[in-house]
Amino acid sequence: MTASPHLEFERDIAEIEERIKNLLSVADGKGIDVTSELDVLRDKLDSLREETYRSLRAIEQVQVARHPRRPYALDYVERCFTDWIEMHGDRSYRDDEAMVGGWARLGGDSVMLIGHQKGRDMKENLRRNFGMPHPEGYRKALRLMRQAEKFGRPVVTLIDTPGAYPGIGAEERGQAEAIAMNLREMARLRTPLVSVVIGEGGSGGALALGVTDRILMLEHSIYSVISPEGCAAILWRSAEHREEAAEALRLTSENLVELGIADEIIQEPQGGAHQDWDGAALTLKETLLRHLTELSGLGTNELLRRRQAKYEGMGAWRENSAAHITGEVSAGT
Amino acid sequence: MAWFRKEKKPLRSAERRDVPTDVFVKCEGCGEAIYREKLTHNLEVCPDCGFHFRIDAEAYVELLIDDGNFNELDMHLRAADPLRFTDLKAYIDRIGISEAKGQGEAVITGTGVIDGMQVALAVMDFRFIAGSMGSVVGEKISRCGRVALERRIPLVIVNASGGARMQEGIYSLMQMAKTSAVLADLHEAGIPYVSILTDPTTGGVTASYAMLGDVHLAEPGALIGFAGPRVIEETIKQELPDGFQRSEFLLRHGMVDRVVDRRELKAELAIVLRHMGNAWENHS
Repeated sequence: MTASPHLEFERDIAEIEERIKNLLSVADGKGIDVTSELDVLRDKLDSLREETYRSLRAIEQVQVARHPRRPYALDYVERCFTDWIEMHGDRSYRDDEAMVGGWARLGGDSVMLIGHQKGRDMKENLRRNFGMPHPEGYRKALRLMRQAEKFGRPVVTLIDTPGAYPGIGAEERGQAEAIAMNLREMARLRTPLVSVVIGEGGSGGALALGVTDRILMLEHSIYSVISPEGCAAILWRSAEHREEAAEALRLTSENLVELGIADEIIQEPQGGAHQDWDGAALTLKETLLRHLTELSGLGTNELLRRRQAKYEGMGAWRENSAAHITGEVSAGT
Repeated sequence: MAWFRKEKKPLRSAERRDVPTDVFVKCEGCGEAIYREKLTHNLEVCPDCGFHFRIDAEAYVELLIDDGNFNELDMHLRAADPLRFTDLKAYIDRIGISEAKGQGEAVITGTGVIDGMQVALAVMDFRFIAGSMGSVVGEKISRCGRVALERRIPLVIVNASGGARMQEGIYSLMQMAKTSAVLADLHEAGIPYVSILTDPTTGGVTASYAMLGDVHLAEPGALIGFAGPRVIEETIKQELPDGFQRSEFLLRHGMVDRVVDRRELKAELAIVLRHMGNAWENHS
């Protein structure tokens, strides 16, 4: 299956893009001035994109988050960081290419950069397992985080995975234990941690890079306890109900800020990050720098105290007549 | 907080114990008919083949805690419905139905004595929405862990869960982080934590506190894993090997320390706690 470059709801956008392309080639061949026609088409394209992307339904956000032309972790590494030294392996079993990590420089400072990595084509995806790590991927990530802690450098993680891999080897080698250990160790790692969901934040496989002082989300990324398809299959007893499931799960960046989990939405270029990788990378870089500067101003104890308080307060429950909801001040009901 | 003394009564099976005509039970392991009363006296373990029937949370409290002296904590915590989640049924109604059956939530927590040693104990209850982990489970486990931390007593969790509670969306995922964070503190403080794995322990619970014990004890034949077997089969399009994701499989692959018969569970747990107890008490 070759990846379709356009999503269904983008069909009108694609049509105008095609017309612009045709017009340009005609003009090129015959030396005709088509500036005014082009301007009209480009204006139309801009407003259509803006309109379309302003009011995406949940399931459409999911599609954008999974867009085959969306920038992946290494695309951002190339654009936001310098002196990138990728490091390999968990020192125990093998190197998992669904997870990448290494030293990188952001602005002037070294950070440990770790991210899920999807493949751009089928061949690469066989190596990268579609961005679904095995246990050794999480263990590599933890090894690198501990190294960052040792040298007093912050950790930046880029989250983009459908989830942990449901396979025999992954279970045999203890992916539950590997994820759990990351959660426990990240909770108390003595260095600043920032995570950014750049595409798909799929369940435990995402959270294994997500216990962080700041949780940022690209505008069209999603973050969910289960995929809409998986949720629909279980609760609606048919994957066809994925649209309702996507809506019900509240998985968009806007939802996650409302729910008090994500700290900030990083705006994407008009029409999504897949339209303009450089533009998306520039905003990401500036946002990361701002958060890392803020966090580096806190002492380690204060950093850990805040991280502890943040995770202690996660959730929504009722106790006697009071309700606790993350992000809201406890109120009697 | 309430202190209650439970009357001595036999362990109850989680399944269909209210049917008075069940004089015999067919064993799911060997297919033999077992005399109901005999099964009850055998802690719901088949006397012929050793098959472990599921038992409920109260039954584990009774099994593990001396004389049933259990000081239950946070019993009034109840699920909220932060997403106003509705699938084929509204989440709020699902909660209501389970609560009406007298089950407060998918975990009971408290303190008690095991073979003379004070412990903090949490027992998950598969009857309440498949033992799924929502915010209440996360909060109760986390508070229970903090009691262990403050009083410097070991933490024991009996696990049984279908995974995260989807109806609480991202909040349920975050309970994995929240509970693991408390266990990080216990770990740093040198306080023992024993995880007991029963049938079934899957999903987000396995990928957080269930797999973070100093010691992992699993009941025989229990399904323990992250991804469910059906999901794996659908993904890899092949049949799974016999015994895949069962306790004995995890033992072979180094994920649990011991597979322990329910009839030996309390005795083994006590020995383990006593071994660890000496060391950490001296450090405090």
